[in-house]
Amino acid sequence: MSIKDLFKFKRRKNLEQAKPSQELISEQELSELWAQCPSCKTTIYTTELKANLMVCTKCEHHFRISSYDRIEQMIDADTWEEINGSIKPTDALNFVDLKPYPESIIGAKKKSGATEAIVTGIGKINGLETAFGVMEFGFLGGSMGSVVGERIARLAETAIQKKLPVVLISTSGGARMHEGLLSLMQMAKTSSALLALKKHKLLFISVLTDPTYGGVSASFAMLGDIIMAEPKAKIGFAGPRVIEETIRQKLPKDFQTSEYLLKHGQIDLVVSRKELKKTLAQLIKMHK
Amino acid sequence: MNKNTFVLDFEKPLFALLNEINKLEEATDKQKCADLIEGLKKQFYDLRERIYSNLTAHQRLQIARHPERPYTLDFIKGLGENWIELHGNRTGADDEAIVGGLLELEPNLTVVIVGTEKGHNIKEKQRRNFGMPQPSGYQKALRLFKHAETFEMPIITLIDTPGAYPGLEAEANGQSWAIAKNIQEMANLTVPVIAVITGEGGSGGALALGVANKVLMFENSVYSVISPEGCAAILWRTRDKAASAANALKITAKELLEIGLIDEIIPESAGGAHADYLQTTANLKTALQKHLGILKTKSKEELRAERILKFRNYGIFTQ
Ligand SMILES: [Zn+2]
Repeated sequence: MSIKDLFKFKRRKNLEQAKPSQELISEQELSELWAQCPSCKTTIYTTELKANLMVCTKCEHHFRISSYDRIEQMIDADTWEEINGSIKPTDALNFVDLKPYPESIIGAKKKSGATEAIVTGIGKINGLETAFGVMEFGFLGGSMGSVVGERIARLAETAIQKKLPVVLISTSGGARMHEGLLSLMQMAKTSSALLALKKHKLLFISVLTDPTYGGVSASFAMLGDIIMAEPKAKIGFAGPRVIEETIRQKLPKDFQTSEYLLKHGQIDLVVSRKELKKTLAQLIKMHK
Repeated sequence: MNKNTFVLDFEKPLFALLNEINKLEEATDKQKCADLIEGLKKQFYDLRERIYSNLTAHQRLQIARHPERPYTLDFIKGLGENWIELHGNRTGADDEAIVGGLLELEPNLTVVIVGTEKGHNIKEKQRRNFGMPQPSGYQKALRLFKHAETFEMPIITLIDTPGAYPGLEAEANGQSWAIAKNIQEMANLTVPVIAVITGEGGSGGALALGVANKVLMFENSVYSVISPEGCAAILWRTRDKAASAANALKITAKELLEIGLIDEIIPESAGGAHADYLQTTANLKTALQKHLGILKTKSKEELRAERILKFRNYGIFTQ
């Protein structure tokens, strides 16, 4: 962020304070223009942040990003073709908590702009055609229900038909409670669908991003031939609060971070967002 | 009649009756009240039948967690002959939350049994970590599955766990990977696999032993993506709504059979599995023999492909 930008921001603030009735810019517009880094608290101009792939220009904190922003970052322009977008969730159990599940789905669609907690399709990574899936944390916490399972299984099947490598980028709180045991079964469904890739010598790269937990980390996300994670992403099976309540002790500061997993032999690589596309392309090329 | 010492809330009227019967039977003039005793016994059986045929999901959850419910080692005693327990993951640990070994289910039918074990007294519970496995437990299970495959033995898993252990070391040692690996490897096995939810089928920790050709559930067992308490805490923002969550999640054998996620319900003895181990174990054995009989006619590739397809088809969505 340049000094000039900061000055502009301050002046705008001052104007607002002086004339609250004549706002030059709304609260919402302001938050669209600026973002605060949750890690170092620096205020960053959104366009600048976007240009830096949503990584803090000061402390390298990787912001959580939407599935479509991720596709834009990872897939070559004009090569993306979404598949199985017409597979939609349904309320199989008539699940009602504080509100009915169908209402939660409508809310999640509005909030995320995605039709489910994963977007799948075919696109090119530095010219290399790939079966690609990105989870959407904005859609009910990236939770895996029937649709996520089905879209992943079909992506794997498409990859086999077209002889393509598979890349899945995960971010999820775990299995979706609203679909009960059906959600748990998606762990088995995705894991065995991806198993079929091995027989065809097709590479599966799993990329873990912040956060990846529960039924997603304990299934397909940990079954990549190569597993990588973005820096400082939180990844684990059980959530830290549940663990603290169980063992009644404080957890180490780096617990369940990408770096912690790397140190404990659970993932192959920690790769910064700026290096991610290049690294994926290189690995795919090496396995052709 | 139940000989249990732990009484669930909704069983209280039942045990009040039982107390009365016991008192009368111990009395010196027992002969005189023979008719009264008979009458009370009939009342007891009628009431037990009435209570146990109208259970809510939350009541079944309590039965599934009954501390005197039979666990894997209890079942093994009545299931066959010559049990030999096998230990260890071969890389440094023997997680006793999971037991496994060889059993002659019939004179010429050796099976590999792998099950979670909660333990019945406090010392056993601690040793078994309340039936919550560590990654090393899942690795031990997988090693035994591979053993079964090598020697072409059917695999039976008995599942009763609150879930995989949420601990620091469990995470450091790769709980996620251990579960994921088991799920994937189980799908790929070429021998018959039957999984039985005997008590609590707790989430991923249960599924890591649950990818089978046939999935059976005891009448009062539950199988859930998350504990009703955990679900209530997240979606209702209070653990007190566990009964509502238990209803919403559809965790009972009957509901899961209707949705098509399990293959058969194994009846328990009257008054629940904890009331009569022998009868419950006999029911288990009958179900296992029936399904093993069907599965033994299938080729290795059929067993593998059918299992994968079974799980491939799970999911309800629109298109
Ligand atoms: Zn920062």
